[in-house]
Amino acid sequence: MATTSQASKAPADPYLKIGKDRLLDIHRLMVRARILEEQLIKMSKSGEGFFWIGGPGEEAFNVPLGLQVLKGSGVSHDYLHLHYRSSALLLAMGAPMIDFIRQMRAAATDPYSHGRNFVNHVNVPEWNVVPMCPTIEVQYSMAIGTAIAQARAGGRGVTIVNGGDAGSAEGDFHTCLVWSNRPVLPLPVLMVVVNNGFGISTPASGQHGEKHIADWTKAFDMPGKTIDGNDPVASYFAISEALDYCRSQRRPYLIEALTSRLYGHSSSSGANRISGEADCIALFEEQLMKRGLAAQEAVDAVWQAARAECQDAYQKSKSEPQPRPEDIWPGMFSSGLPDSYPTKGGS
Amino acid sequence: MATMAQAIRLALHYGEENLGVKEIFGEDVGPPLGGVFTVTQGLKTAWNSPLDERGIIGAAIGLAWAGSRPVAEVQFSDYIFNAIDLLKLAANSTWSSAGRFRTPLVVMTPVGAGIHGSIYHSHSFDSVATKLHGMKVVCPSNPLDAYGLMLAAIKDDDPVLYLKPKALLRVRGEKLIPGEPKDSRALDEMINAPITNRENWKPRWPAVEDYTVPLGRARIAREGADATIVTHGRMVPIALEAAQAVAQSAGSQVEVVDLRSLVPYDWDCLKSSARKTGRVLFLNEETEITNFGEHLLRRTVDELFYELKVRPRLLAAKAVPGIGLSPVLENATVPQKSDVERALHELLSEAA
Repeated sequence: MATTSQASKAPADPYLKIGKDRLLDIHRLMVRARILEEQLIKMSKSGEGFFWIGGPGEEAFNVPLGLQVLKGSGVSHDYLHLHYRSSALLLAMGAPMIDFIRQMRAAATDPYSHGRNFVNHVNVPEWNVVPMCPTIEVQYSMAIGTAIAQARAGGRGVTIVNGGDAGSAEGDFHTCLVWSNRPVLPLPVLMVVVNNGFGISTPASGQHGEKHIADWTKAFDMPGKTIDGNDPVASYFAISEALDYCRSQRRPYLIEALTSRLYGHSSSSGANRISGEADCIALFEEQLMKRGLAAQEAVDAVWQAARAECQDAYQKSKSEPQPRPEDIWPGMFSSGLPDSYPTKGGS
Repeated sequence: MATMAQAIRLALHYGEENLGVKEIFGEDVGPPLGGVFTVTQGLKTAWNSPLDERGIIGAAIGLAWAGSRPVAEVQFSDYIFNAIDLLKLAANSTWSSAGRFRTPLVVMTPVGAGIHGSIYHSHSFDSVATKLHGMKVVCPSNPLDAYGLMLAAIKDDDPVLYLKPKALLRVRGEKLIPGEPKDSRALDEMINAPITNRENWKPRWPAVEDYTVPLGRARIAREGADATIVTHGRMVPIALEAAQAVAQSAGSQVEVVDLRSLVPYDWDCLKSSARKTGRVLFLNEETEITNFGEHLLRRTVDELFYELKVRPRLLAAKAVPGIGLSPVLENATVPQKSDVERALHELLSEAA
């Protein structure tokens, strides 16, 4: 009896709890995101685009997050205030590869900004993915707005805001903590800090005296966790628990996900593969194969299919037009430009 | 007649009842104070925020994206500078998202001198506000326009920065807001909170009606054929007084154009007045050096040079870091009626 009892209390393998199909979905999405980011980096270096900034190395956290979003428009669905390392999250939600490639080309067909914004600056109104901004951390101040609307509305929709460790030094991070914890109106916000240990070239260890960024939650008596963001399974369950809490309690939760940063900050730091950083996809594949959930051939096929998909998108984008000079004007005002608006740029 | 503060309050009430305004907020905006200038007293959706301008503007943007038609306040424009990048985001999001997101919000903030506000309660914001391209910017000079501009701002699908000339907030208007009681004391009793014991106080709102001042439309505040003053906000009543004085002393008739909207501005109105008089003075209380009036002056020179009788002028505040507390310092910094009169005499006396 004792033996049986002990066996039933032994923690079940979390991999089995997710299930093979879901695990292989996660793997496929992680690979697609990596291939996409490597293609974008290549384009930035070959003159087919300009500045690159993105999120290779964060796939193990961002894919499980993207898969658990309550996707749709309006306050009953999740709002996403993301930053520029979110391609894996967006692919997991269903964004097509080609739109990132179009934005890298600054093509007129870039649906997110018509050639105006850097790559990985996405917005999708029909999924509540609000406009992204290259300015660090401002999304934490804007997140409270959608969350106030959701706090009023009730239901299950929450606001998810995603940023980095260095950005948490900005006042906007504090703004989000304070406003989300106002006793008169707590907010259903999942605050995510992806901690890759660096702000551009500056190690966090020299700038941040707090032991964990998640410790900021202690001042507010709100739940927070520091997790291994290189482990998609640990991430999946931590995100699930946090989102459940936000959805049901209508209160904030903070996840600090420790991840790698595989190609540095951006073009500004060279965008070269960094040695010594753990690769979350390689680690995941090891685990999948160890458990017999995937064979090497199947894994190779996933990479091959992602490369083919990316190449197709890349080839298709090649012949698409650049914006025209007159395309600087649309979108200035919702009702169009008044006839007498100054448009000459001088005398 | 309503004061400008009451007019804005009535407009916000109308917005709550009829235009989908769900959140009116900022520092001390909700009860018990209802705003440091009483602009938000008694409004059912008004609430107090943390003392955090970045949070206020950020929340307004998020609320706008969630369809709440927010009206946010920054208590004095002097405090708005730490949120400037968020205002820029509000302004550029429609454009940078290729038109996929609209950001219908109103940010209101008191501006300008005239209440002995010293260095940090006297700033103007016109020039910075008009550099936030994509943002619409309005500034009323009287209660009826304040009402109509607020309704227009709330209805608009773009972000609107609503500059409140703080020296005029307690000035009563000369025209009734549609639906406003004729007796101003009756209005005070209906919608002004008592000084004490306001816990259980509730306003009795008059049935104010829809009245919109279209964004981008100026008003001829005074007609005249001899010279034009182009101005807005607090400088409008000063311009009118100076024009009156010049009419009495010199017999000259000065036209006063009240811009009302700075972005977009009513170039057609400005142009036709400038063509009519050939003598133009741009007047505002923002400091010179990259002053909004300088833009208007430059465009006037570019497009109307050969139709002008004399060189156009700008009368603005001195380019010093702040407005000093002493009335001597404030008056020496910000244009006064006597300065406007002097400028008008010069403008009118120069040979064509």
